[in-house]
Amino acid sequence: MNLHDLTIHQAQELLASDAVTSVSLTEALLARIAAVDTDLHAYLHVASEQALAQAQEADERRARGACGALLGIPLAIKDVICTRGLETTAGSRILAGFRPVYDATVIAKLREAGAIILGKTNTDEFAMGSSTENSGYDTTRNPWDRDRVPGGSSGGSAAAVAASMCLGALGSDTGGSIRQPAAYCGVVGLKPTYGRVSRYGLIAFASSLDQIGPIVKDVTDAALLLQAIVGHDPQDATSVEMPAPNYAAALGQGVAGMRLGVPREYMVDGMAAGVRQAVEAALDVWRELGADIVQVSMPHAEYALPAYYLIAPAEASANLARFDGVRYGYSHPDTDDIWDAFRRTRAVGFGDEVKRRIMLGTYALSAGYYDAYYLKAQKVRTLIKRDYDEALQQCDALIAPTTPNIAFRIGELIDDPLQMYLEDIFTLALNLAGVCGISIPCGLSEGMPVGLQVQGRAFDEATILRVAYAYEQATDWHMLRPQV
Amino acid sequence: MEYEAIIGMEVHAQVLTRSKMFCGCSADYASAPANTHTCPVCLALPGVLPVINRAAVEATVLTGLALSCTIPPFTKFDRKNYTYPDLPKGYQISQYDYPLCVGGHLDVQVAGESRRIGIRRVHLEEDTAKLTHTPDGSLIDFNRAGVPLMEIVTEADIRSADEAHAYLTELRTILRYLGVSSGDMERGAMRCEANVSLRPRGARAFGTKVEIKNLNSFRSVRNAIVYEIDRQSGLLASGGAVEQVTMGWDEERQCTVFQRSKEYAEDYRYFPEPDLPPIEMTPVEVQTIRERLPELPHDKAQRYEREFGIKSADVALLVAEHPTALFYEQAVAARPALAQAIANWMLGEVFRYLSEGERTTAELPISPAMLAELVALVDDGTINNTVGKQVLNEMMTSGEAAASIVERRGLAQISDTVALEQIITSVVAQHPGPVAQYREGESKVLGFLIGQAMRATQGKANVQIVRDLLLQALDDSQR
Ligand SMILES: [Zn+2]
Repeated sequence: MNLHDLTIHQAQELLASDAVTSVSLTEALLARIAAVDTDLHAYLHVASEQALAQAQEADERRARGACGALLGIPLAIKDVICTRGLETTAGSRILAGFRPVYDATVIAKLREAGAIILGKTNTDEFAMGSSTENSGYDTTRNPWDRDRVPGGSSGGSAAAVAASMCLGALGSDTGGSIRQPAAYCGVVGLKPTYGRVSRYGLIAFASSLDQIGPIVKDVTDAALLLQAIVGHDPQDATSVEMPAPNYAAALGQGVAGMRLGVPREYMVDGMAAGVRQAVEAALDVWRELGADIVQVSMPHAEYALPAYYLIAPAEASANLARFDGVRYGYSHPDTDDIWDAFRRTRAVGFGDEVKRRIMLGTYALSAGYYDAYYLKAQKVRTLIKRDYDEALQQCDALIAPTTPNIAFRIGELIDDPLQMYLEDIFTLALNLAGVCGISIPCGLSEGMPVGLQVQGRAFDEATILRVAYAYEQATDWHMLRPQV
Repeated sequence: MEYEAIIGMEVHAQVLTRSKMFCGCSADYASAPANTHTCPVCLALPGVLPVINRAAVEATVLTGLALSCTIPPFTKFDRKNYTYPDLPKGYQISQYDYPLCVGGHLDVQVAGESRRIGIRRVHLEEDTAKLTHTPDGSLIDFNRAGVPLMEIVTEADIRSADEAHAYLTELRTILRYLGVSSGDMERGAMRCEANVSLRPRGARAFGTKVEIKNLNSFRSVRNAIVYEIDRQSGLLASGGAVEQVTMGWDEERQCTVFQRSKEYAEDYRYFPEPDLPPIEMTPVEVQTIRERLPELPHDKAQRYEREFGIKSADVALLVAEHPTALFYEQAVAARPALAQAIANWMLGEVFRYLSEGERTTAELPISPAMLAELVALVDDGTINNTVGKQVLNEMMTSGEAAASIVERRGLAQISDTVALEQIITSVVAQHPGPVAQYREGESKVLGFLIGQAMRATQGKANVQIVRDLLLQALDDSQR
């Protein structure tokens, strides 16, 4: 087996037994990136030198007796997460050349744990998109089929994991941006409960929806990487003071006697036949493992998309106001006065989708429209939360497809934003409700991976990991890797 | 037609906290070099998040309580969206529909009458950066960005420039009493906007209001309102109409100038700040803050009159500054029987000393007890009033205690009748002319003769005794 094909927990065993060093592991991954990323474009910036220095340090720490699940493990970071001294652009031209002066809290935690940061992965600009086609720099290719998108917005991280260009990665999920690309690329992606992971240092898209989470090769790795980044952060007032359980320890408890709900509204007619078949087969697996599969209803599911596309752009319209070219990033060189400078910097610096959402959000908040749009959307959000509360009172977790289709072709939906938004219909209600979900591979359709979501109660990541792990143990889908 | 002015005021006051509103930077930036009190949060770098400064919330609640406001159990922050180079996030974190304090009032004295000004709300927000315009371009100093700022909004209850002035004065006194703001308008720690409209006296409906900005001193507030009332009544009297506009006060030309009209009013697109959970103020928390309320100037004034029997004209001066009032109270505590005498000394000699050197009470080199001791020495006749003033002057220079100065310099009053009788006898003998004049009925020469006797004792003689003895001597020799 090649070093780059290892999972985090496999690599950790080898590191712990001195079979490999972090330096050799890091070198193997940098070589892999050099070999395949010229085609895939998963990374925006590769930090080879710093990564090797960190690996050296990790090996020294280990020699001094240190250990830990992430000590010496090379990871990739979505480019919306600030890394001190390492260029961070959020996939936007407006942040070209921006080097943060501080580490995001999750990055500080990873560094403390001894993880190696290989580089920053591609994303739709400011995480706005479902394909990385909205990146201001590059479109990442799906490692399973280079004509197809890897999903988005964390498409770079998902592709990097799927193509073994890192052992694991961080993504961010505002309406499905971790789970959807994980599904398209045949890897595991977990969106934690809102408030579980600090958002400090995550370049905000929609503040009430954003959450950082792991994209990895299997459920065990999801538990390990999640464990490393959770916890209350005094710098994030929305992060909760609630102790996290030991996620890895709870994985193997099985699903016998559990009630798993399947929301009727998520098994829609528009779904690809292959996706439906894969999901139904997965339900049989859990049934055989002793779980009780029941149908539940999420009556307001159909309103999630419109509510999301009012709330998220509204928040984004304010969050993106700071990018004016005065203090950092791109600044238009040829301007008459400050107002002209603001206009030109933003006109050139932002891409079309970002501008579309700023306008949408600005409109939704405008005097005379606020009640009809933003306020109404917040009321819908409350109803969706209630749907989840009720469904999760009856069930231990919910099962749903991650996406209605397999990865679409590059360029296929770029001129049809609405159709592209529809690719997120199974994921974004979860963000509105603020609960947690994990996408795991559950089969192939037309040779492309199909993903399945396990959704759980607020702060009950342990249960969704356990349900996902039981499935993973009973199947081999997570072992499939694309030919790169 | 006679018009009545309807005035409402909005006051922004920087809150005196150690750190800024949403980050750990020091809020005390007054003499700091530009952009040294900054961090990723107040510079609005990508990815940062605000964290509420609890001390600023408490200071605002304290202010609300002092203004008799209700503190609602639920309050939250909102984003106020607008673009300006001094606003690094492109929005200001403020409070829109659920302010920290609502529905209070402040009583002010205008021309001997008490007027109650309604307080609509007090809310908390963050200050902006400071722009400096130079010929080479504009400079931004982010030291001020994110400093906590409370906004105090009145009802449209003010009826004249004098009332507006009185309101501002009283408000500033309270802010200083509470220690929540320096209230320093000249340094921009307190800023003011006035909304002025006119209506025919007796009418119910309000006229069109004009907002006046750029009021940088108490004087400019008064002058701008007077000017604006004049301008509007002129307009109305000549059959014109007042437009709803924002005017700026031009300090140099002493007039209001047009800034922008209502059509260009900004749509701030307020929405709840998603980065900050709402705040719940429990009755217990409010009570804990209420217990920190000091005795306010109005209550102090009433107590001084009631307990110390101080004249009401004097009381207002004593309570105007909290440290002065506290100094006075401590002096009275040392000599409770001398409350009025201490008040006289405070208002006379101590205030003169402070104003001559533009000093504050905190800079006084003597303690309240030392002042009380001096007043007691005058009161019990150990020294006379004139010597007392000299002694106080020396105390202010050296910080030495009054008794010690009197002792060292032998300033104790001569009340010894035998010793004084000899002096009087010689004065009478040495000034036969004036003595003769007095006897002819020119009683005013008595003062001259007393002065001669005082001079002979280097001013230490007890004037009352000298006077009595002199009258006696003049009478005796007449017989
Ligand atoms: Zn700061």
